[in-house]
Amino acid sequence: MNGSLSVKDRIKLSRPRSAVGVLAGWLLIGVVSLYVALLILAPIMSLVVGAFEEGLGGVLRALNQPDVLAAFWRTIWISVLVVAVHAVFGTIVAWVFVRDRFRGKGLINGLVDIPFAVSPVVVGYMLLLLFGRNGLFAPVLSALNIRVAFALPGMILATLFVTLPFMIRELVPVLENFGTLQEQAAATLGASGWLTFWKVTFPALRHGFIYGLTLTFARSLGEFGAVLVIGGGIQGKTETATLYIYRALEERQYISAYSVALLLGLFSLLLVMGTDLLKKRN
Amino acid sequence: MTALTNQPQKPEATAGLPMRPSLPWGTWGVRTVALTYLTVLLIIPILVILQDGLREGLGGLWHQVTLPIAWHALKLTLWTSALMTLVNTIMGGLTAYVLVRYSFPWKMLLNSLVDLPLAIPTLVTGLMMVVLLGPQEAVGSWLKENLGLSIIFAPPGIILALLFITFPFVVRAVQPVLLNLERAQEDAAATLGAGGWTIFRRITLPPLVLPLASGALLSFARAIGEFGAIVIVAGNIPLYSQTAAVYVLGEVESENRLGASAVSIVMIAIALSLVLFVDWLQSRSRRSG
Repeated sequence: MNGSLSVKDRIKLSRPRSAVGVLAGWLLIGVVSLYVALLILAPIMSLVVGAFEEGLGGVLRALNQPDVLAAFWRTIWISVLVVAVHAVFGTIVAWVFVRDRFRGKGLINGLVDIPFAVSPVVVGYMLLLLFGRNGLFAPVLSALNIRVAFALPGMILATLFVTLPFMIRELVPVLENFGTLQEQAAATLGASGWLTFWKVTFPALRHGFIYGLTLTFARSLGEFGAVLVIGGGIQGKTETATLYIYRALEERQYISAYSVALLLGLFSLLLVMGTDLLKKRN
Repeated sequence: MTALTNQPQKPEATAGLPMRPSLPWGTWGVRTVALTYLTVLLIIPILVILQDGLREGLGGLWHQVTLPIAWHALKLTLWTSALMTLVNTIMGGLTAYVLVRYSFPWKMLLNSLVDLPLAIPTLVTGLMMVVLLGPQEAVGSWLKENLGLSIIFAPPGIILALLFITFPFVVRAVQPVLLNLERAQEDAAATLGAGGWTIFRRITLPPLVLPLASGALLSFARAIGEFGAIVIVAGNIPLYSQTAAVYVLGEVESENRLGASAVSIVMIAIALSLVLFVDWLQSRSRRSG
């Protein structure tokens, strides 16, 4: 647009900064900074202060309870499983969306956003309608003696539903940009389908793949509503880290609740920030 | 990354060549796996709740939705979400503007704070709000005694929690568009004698309307279903501070299936139509350039 103008010309042309303009600019910066400080920073700081009310010892004591450790392991276990399933099937779905053509693809593409729009409570409830005591699949499940509701399988399904879009939405644009030329070259040179996928397509997707996985993992760690409804939050059985926080609050064990919340928040924060750093480096 | 994978290909370059599946088991196998996965995980649960909520017809659904407590919960959810969306659109737009157009020492810090809410579990968000503003905490009790304001266990707490959770939506929708905007037009308008406000209203604002609307609608859709933060901050008093998601939980626990399904369907219908509308808006703006 103004390729022929030098930087100096641009500066001369740009609107002169009057004293009023400068003042208005600082006022705007001040208002926005204050808003972010009060809305985002103040609550975070207050949680840190709340958790450390009895010092570091209090936090460590709270985190070292058997219930807390078990809840964290359950959360991590569920999240790892969810990430593994989405890694495989999310890639396949993304591939189909980009490369395959069939009728109704546009509609199905829109459906992938459903989990963004459904309340976590409703997700858990939908699974209860399928797998609960009077659910659609109840006869089959009781015949096979499988428990899904109020057990880990149901909680894994709920977390799978909630995190479905992340992997697909990260991979689709990467796959679209990559094109098929290199795969065709590999095939021309005699590479098999698998070899082409592992040596050509997958390396190109690698970063999108890692972002998708971390986002899925972080979201799984923090899931609450859906696992509460389908899992029931049974102490020692289906209690994840978020469900522990909820129970600790009801039992007025504030230091425990704050400490677990702090660790959980810190953990998912590091995951997401690490991904952001990775993204910026590329 | 190898040199092989570094150049993105333009679609035209491959248009003339035959499509070749890059995964084994052929296209049909892959397609079947993908569609089965989506059907089992997404479509069956949605169909089941639709069938359950409509088992006594639309009239039955309507009756459940208009029961006083359910109706109040839905209205509360909608008005708190709407008020949050209004504030979030203005403050999110201003934040994006400040981040793009000004430089100041703590700009990097401000920019990374914007993403924080995406990384924090919403239950933890709710907890933070209670620790800061709860009636037994320093700030909360001060507000209560001196200004007569109760925030936690009341509707204002819901709005605050929602503002925290959806803060990135508007900022991150507006920021890239603003970054790509040519300042030459604003400069030209200034040269021609237009005042600051006129320039903002006539030149800067129009291209930002679409991203502002997308961010606002997504915030609203996200707010309709929010549970984790609200269940902690709202106090969940029926006919006062109980939102739709918390109402559904109560009905599930008391085994009122029809009521739970009916309110769930209304929530899904509102949020899903908004999300699909935003999808459509964005794909249309991409196509028109």
